[in-house]
Amino acid sequence: MRLSGLQKEVLALYRRCLREAAKKPIESRDNFKAFARSEFRRNTAMDKRDFGAIEYLLRKGERQLEMYASPGITNISR
Amino acid sequence: MAALRSSTRLLASRSLFRTTVPVRSFASVNPIESVKEATSASRPPVNESKTSTVQEPSASPDARIKTFHVYRWNPDEPTSKPRMESYTLDLNKTGPMMLDALIRIKNEVDPTLTFRRSCREGICGSCAMNIDGVNTLACLCRIPTDTKQESRIYPLPHTYVVKDLVPDLTLFYKQYKSIKPYLQRSTPAPDGREYRMSREDRKKLDGLYECILCACCSTSCPSYWWNSEEYLGPAILLQSYRWIADARDEQTEQRKDALNNSMSLYRCHTILNCTRTCPKGLNPGLAIAEIKKSLSFS
Repeated sequence: MRLSGLQKEVLALYRRCLREAAKKPIESRDNFKAFARSEFRRNTAMDKRDFGAIEYLLRKGERQLEMYASPGITNISR
Repeated sequence: MAALRSSTRLLASRSLFRTTVPVRSFASVNPIESVKEATSASRPPVNESKTSTVQEPSASPDARIKTFHVYRWNPDEPTSKPRMESYTLDLNKTGPMMLDALIRIKNEVDPTLTFRRSCREGICGSCAMNIDGVNTLACLCRIPTDTKQESRIYPLPHTYVVKDLVPDLTLFYKQYKSIKPYLQRSTPAPDGREYRMSREDRKKLDGLYECILCACCSTSCPSYWWNSEEYLGPAILLQSYRWIADARDEQTEQRKDALNNSMSLYRCHTILNCTRTCPKGLNPGLAIAEIKKSLSFS
């Protein structure tokens, strides 16, 4: 399947989220992974032609990733 | 005959009914009397004929109604499009500045309106926004008294919007951090106490240190709109020059070297929107020209 540039960006962000989650302490790794999954799942109903909204969510995701990637954050719960 | 009898019996029962019901409904006392009973007998309420009457608020005949169109966008519904919402205010009941109007809208009309504000006197730079097509601080911008003209309020142009009138200034602050906006010095002060400078040296910083980093100038610069990732923009270059011009700083050469490339500084094409829009009356265009001059002569 050919992916659009935006779709690739979304997948790349998800990949980075999982990689950052893998750097966290072993006991909380699943929590980070579950959090990333739930954040992406929440917006799966998004219209794929709504570029503005998807780009906004991408930026928001980048910001969140940058924040949660800091080594001071060792666990996450929802 | 039987039918007639039954109907008379019915009649009789009805009349019986009629007599019993009124007795029941008036079993309690008059409702007005009961209120008197409910309140304290020692402190009865003042009679309504002796108290003032609160009228329904009516429009004042000399009201100066002005319409404000405000940019609205809610990040919680990312699929919804941004929209312009209109608010009407009576200028007689509003303070003189745009920020007063916004605060009044938020307090009295629509509490969901979101904007940054803090000092209300042009020293914090929080309330920078685009008012009637000009980037300025809402707290320093008078409301035009012409009520026929409608005001339009937008967030700073070419910034990502966080919500309503709140722009995302992350990149702006990152760029500010990149110029190392602090005194860099390795030699101790001659008297061992503080780093002193002459009156002439101090005068060089006038018109530079007043910058409050409101981002009005940077976001009004077309060159910054198209190259915001690499070009630093007038506000940051003004701050950069503030540290280059500082006589106490010892890293002047390194600071200049960091700017000496095609993007950081030389994307300035002296459009001078920055100088025109600066709400503090500073001249970032002049500061950029001074940096260019010092680079070409060194």
